[in-house]
Amino acid sequence: MSLTAKDVAEILKLLEESAFNELVLETGELKVELRRGEAAARPVRTRESAAPPVAAAAKPVAGSQIAAPPPGLADVPSPLLGVFYRAPKPGEPPFVEVGQKIEEDTIIGIIEVMKLMNSVRAGVRGELVEIFAQNATLVEYGQPLVRVRAAG
Amino acid sequence: MPIKRILIANRGEIAVRIIRTCKALGIETVLAVSTADRESLGARLADRVLCIGPAPSSESYLKVETIVQAALGTACDAIHPGYGFLSERAALARLCEKEGVAFIGPAAQQIEAVGDKLRARAEAEAASVPVVPGGAVADSAEAEARGRRIGAPLLVKAVGGGGGRGMKRVDDLRQLPGALALASAEAGAAFGDARVYLERLIENGRHIEVQILGDGEGGVIHVGERDCSVQRRYQKLIEETPAPHLSPALRRDIHAAAVRFARHLRYRGAGTVEFLVDIERQSFYFLEMNARIQVEHPVTEFVSGLDLIAEQIAIADGQGLKLAQDDVRLDGCAIECRINAEDPARDFAPSPGTITEAVWPTAEGIRVDTHIVAGARVPPYYDSLLAKVIAHGPDRGAALRRLDNALALCRISGVASNIGFHRAVLADSEFASGGVDTAYLPRFLARGPSVVEG
Repeated sequence: MSLTAKDVAEILKLLEESAFNELVLETGELKVELRRGEAAARPVRTRESAAPPVAAAAKPVAGSQIAAPPPGLADVPSPLLGVFYRAPKPGEPPFVEVGQKIEEDTIIGIIEVMKLMNSVRAGVRGELVEIFAQNATLVEYGQPLVRVRAAG
Repeated sequence: MPIKRILIANRGEIAVRIIRTCKALGIETVLAVSTADRESLGARLADRVLCIGPAPSSESYLKVETIVQAALGTACDAIHPGYGFLSERAALARLCEKEGVAFIGPAAQQIEAVGDKLRARAEAEAASVPVVPGGAVADSAEAEARGRRIGAPLLVKAVGGGGGRGMKRVDDLRQLPGALALASAEAGAAFGDARVYLERLIENGRHIEVQILGDGEGGVIHVGERDCSVQRRYQKLIEETPAPHLSPALRRDIHAAAVRFARHLRYRGAGTVEFLVDIERQSFYFLEMNARIQVEHPVTEFVSGLDLIAEQIAIADGQGLKLAQDDVRLDGCAIECRINAEDPARDFAPSPGTITEAVWPTAEGIRVDTHIVAGARVPPYYDSLLAKVIAHGPDRGAALRRLDNALALCRISGVASNIGFHRAVLADSEFASGGVDTAYLPRFLARGPSVVEG
């Protein structure tokens, strides 16, 4: 079983309309935990419970699999191993989009390490040209998250 | 739910060792690596590799939350912590319990019970296991009174300690206040716990430890003992089983005490109960329990035929113990040398670098546990263990001959090693006759042997 974005949006809506702050949905292969209130900054956390074979599981883009950026471009590496989120909350617009001008301290995403949310800053000024990391996926330490055309 | 995928939170030879058993069991492996270990042998052998942080272990291998997040994010059912790093950190075991990931090791409260050395002493006493005369000291008045009762020479030891850190020898009770202050400061810096306690110093003791396996419900068996008396600054260099020249009665009593201690804790998993054995008085004292797989576990595997990593996994998986005590058969003798990247000619200074040549022997009765191949890097951030060369034979003499032949065939270039030093020890008549005490190696070094450079 897999969840589509639409499924998640529907479940979120149900939770939003209910009196509950927390929802844990577990089927044979999938576990979804949703929380709101003070923990609302935390996006949906999913966990595969029944493990598909490692080889078949979608491997996150490993740092070494992305070619080094050509001259004039710079990659922003993940400062931590954790789950990468593009938006502050599910349903909200992402922190950044391709084509956007960013500054060194622009937040490009969040990395969750065991319920602790860590903002990731670009650390470089320029134009965002590519986003490598998928939303709500595990990223490794040092893995390129986004690519930036550095400003003069 | 059977364990199908394990996150290995360690590096070096033990990561390779764990992967080997997982492959034999059909279990998938995810190896957590620092940036310094991306190209390691373990990283090549694991089904998947995750980079958890930069080289310093405080930013990678010692990060509890990152390790558990890595396991959850790759759908691992279990975490194997190996030895060192987080293996005896109750916080990891506890977070695993909370997140529903099996921790391949004891329960968090058992790690705590043996991690605090004073508490471990109390548990030993409760299990009728003899401890070295000594105890806690809350203030200088108590220290003085206790010091007088114990008598000199004595040791000031760290409650949270191990490996000789926070440990001071006192030969004259007038030195006690100074030693207490120094040990306490050292312990505070090293372990974040400045508490110290006193113990009588037993000179010429032998370090003998018992391998145990517990099912967590009071079922405990032992898999014989190991003699680890050949130590330099509390670091073991050569380990062997059985312990030479031990009377059958003393050996039996030591085994029984270890089992009693582990049963008292309802210990789960593989563990080692360490004793200091006073051969002259034919008595022994509890030192501490190591709540993890140990570096020297292969000697026990050689004589028992068991795969202790597989036993750890089975216990974590809820399968309990596969063997009863009577099923454990110990055959022959096994001896292990720890091959380190260190230079005996320069006071055993660590020798990091890149390996340009690595040749390890294969022969009957020889096992080599290593992660070192040509091109491997020995980073300066971690311990200097390159390999363990283990020999097995029908008796000690045969095992020693095989071990020396095997060491003669080892070739390591690119870093200094202590292979030649090991051969010099094996050739020493005092070691060859067996049953040396923990003061042996300093004595051997004081004789100024011409240490062959590895």
